[in-house]
Amino acid sequence: MGTLAAFLILSAVTLIPAVVVVTSKNIVRSALALIPTFLGITGLYVLLRAEFVAGIQVLIYAGAITVLILFVIMLTEGGTGIRIRQVNEQVPVGALASAALAALLIWVFLRTPWPKGPGTIPEYTATQIGTTLLSSMVLVFEVTSLVLLVSLIGAIIIARRER
Amino acid sequence: MNWGSEIAKAVLAAVGMFTFLAIVAAMFGVLLERKIGGWIQSRLGPKHVGPQGLLQTLADTLKLLQKEHVTPRAADALVFNTAPLVVATAGLMGWLVIPFGTLGGAVLVVRDLNIGILFFAAMASMTVIGILAGGWASNNKYSLLGALRSASQMISYELPLGMALVAVAMEAGTLSTVGIVRAQDGWMGSFIFRQFPAFVIFLVAATAEVNRVPFDLPEAESELVAGYFSEYSGMRFSLFMLGEYAEMFAMAAMTTTLFLGGWKGPLLPPLVWFFLKMYLVVFFMMWVRWTFPRFRLDQLLNLCWKILLPAGLIWILVSGYRITF
Repeated sequence: MGTLAAFLILSAVTLIPAVVVVTSKNIVRSALALIPTFLGITGLYVLLRAEFVAGIQVLIYAGAITVLILFVIMLTEGGTGIRIRQVNEQVPVGALASAALAALLIWVFLRTPWPKGPGTIPEYTATQIGTTLLSSMVLVFEVTSLVLLVSLIGAIIIARRER
Repeated sequence: MNWGSEIAKAVLAAVGMFTFLAIVAAMFGVLLERKIGGWIQSRLGPKHVGPQGLLQTLADTLKLLQKEHVTPRAADALVFNTAPLVVATAGLMGWLVIPFGTLGGAVLVVRDLNIGILFFAAMASMTVIGILAGGWASNNKYSLLGALRSASQMISYELPLGMALVAVAMEAGTLSTVGIVRAQDGWMGSFIFRQFPAFVIFLVAATAEVNRVPFDLPEAESELVAGYFSEYSGMRFSLFMLGEYAEMFAMAAMTTTLFLGGWKGPLLPPLVWFFLKMYLVVFFMMWVRWTFPRFRLDQLLNLCWKILLPAGLIWILVSGYRITF
C-alpha cells in the first residue's frame, strides 16, 4: 500500500515536470523542469533499493548535467529570453506515432513473462557494483573510460583551436 | 514498516533539525563571523544589542522578516521565488547524514544511510541549481555573472571533493558516515593522520564549494555588487544566507566526521567533542576568510584542475596501493 502510494507520487513528480520540459516556451524553464524529473527517478531507484545508483543519479544528472545544460543555454548568444515554439504543424502525426509506440510498448510489457531471478537483493549495493565493475565487467568499464578520455581530449582540442 | 509513523518521524526530525540549524548555524554563525572578523581586523564587531552584541543577529533576522519582498518587474517570478528555497533546502539536507554523537549507545543521526557521504555530495551539488536559477531569474547582469561563475566553480570543485570522499571511503571501507566514524579508533586513528592529503583537498574544495573567501567570486562585492542575490530582499535574501551558512557548517561537520574522528574523544561527552571539533573547523574557515584576498577566476580554476584534481587522483592511487598491499 505504502509502496504503491510512493510509486504513484514519484511517477507524478517525474511525469508532470517532464511534460513541462517538452511544452514550455522558455528554454531555461524547460531545463529547470528536468530537475524534478531526475529527482523523481531518484525516488524510483530508492524504491527499487538501488541506493547507490540513486545517489549517483542526483550527483550526476540533477547536480551536474542540468547545470551543464543551463550553462550552455546561458552562454549561447540569444539563448535565453527568446520564446521558442516546441511544436509545429505536424502535431497530429507526431501524436499518432507516439500513441502507436506507447501501445506497442504497453503490449510488449504486458506480454513479457517477467522472470523472478533467484537470490535476494544485497543490503549494501555499492561494494557489489564496485566488485562487478572491476571483475566480470572490466572490459566494458575500461572501454567506457577510454571513450570518456577521447571525448575529453576532443573537447580540449576544439576549445584550443580558437586561439 | 508503518508508513504513517515513519512520515511523522521524518517530518518531526526535519523540523527539529532545521530549527536547530537556523539558530546554531545561521544566527550564531553570522554573529561568530562578525565577532571573529572584528577581532582579526582590530575592531569590536557587533556590541550594542544584548550583552556583548549577542542578540545582534536576532535583531537582524526580525528586521529581515519585516522587509518587503520585492520581485523585479523583468524577473521570471516563479523561478525567482523558488530559487532561495532550493538553496536553503539543499544546504539543510546534507545534515541528515551527520552523526552528532552517541547518547546511551544510540548514535544521534537523523538517518544512517548506507550511501551517507554520496548523499552528502549529491546534496551539496544541488545548491548550484538554486544559485544558477536565482541569478538567471533576477534578469540582472551582475546576478547572471555571479551565477555563471558559481556554476563553473562549484561544478569544478565537486570533483576534488569527490576524490577526497573516495579516498576516505576506501580507507574506512564504507560510505556510511557512522561507519566512517567507527573506523577511526583512538587519537592517531583519526583519518587526518592517515589521510592528510585528502583532508587538505577536502577542506580547500569545501571552502570553494560554499563560495567563501578566497573563493567568493560568485558574490564578489567589489565587482558584482552581491552576485547572484543582488536582487533579493527580505526573507528570500536571508534564505540564501541560511542556505550558505547551513552548507558551510555542514562542510565543517563533515570534515569533523570524516577526518577528525567525529564524536570521539576522551573525558568530555561525545556531543561536546563533536561541536568542539566542528567549531574548530568553522573557526579555521572564518580565519581564512578574513585574512586571504580573493582569487581571480583563472587562478581558481587552475588550482582546481591542475593541482587539486591530479593530487586527488594520485592520492587515491597511493591509498589504494597502501590498503591493498
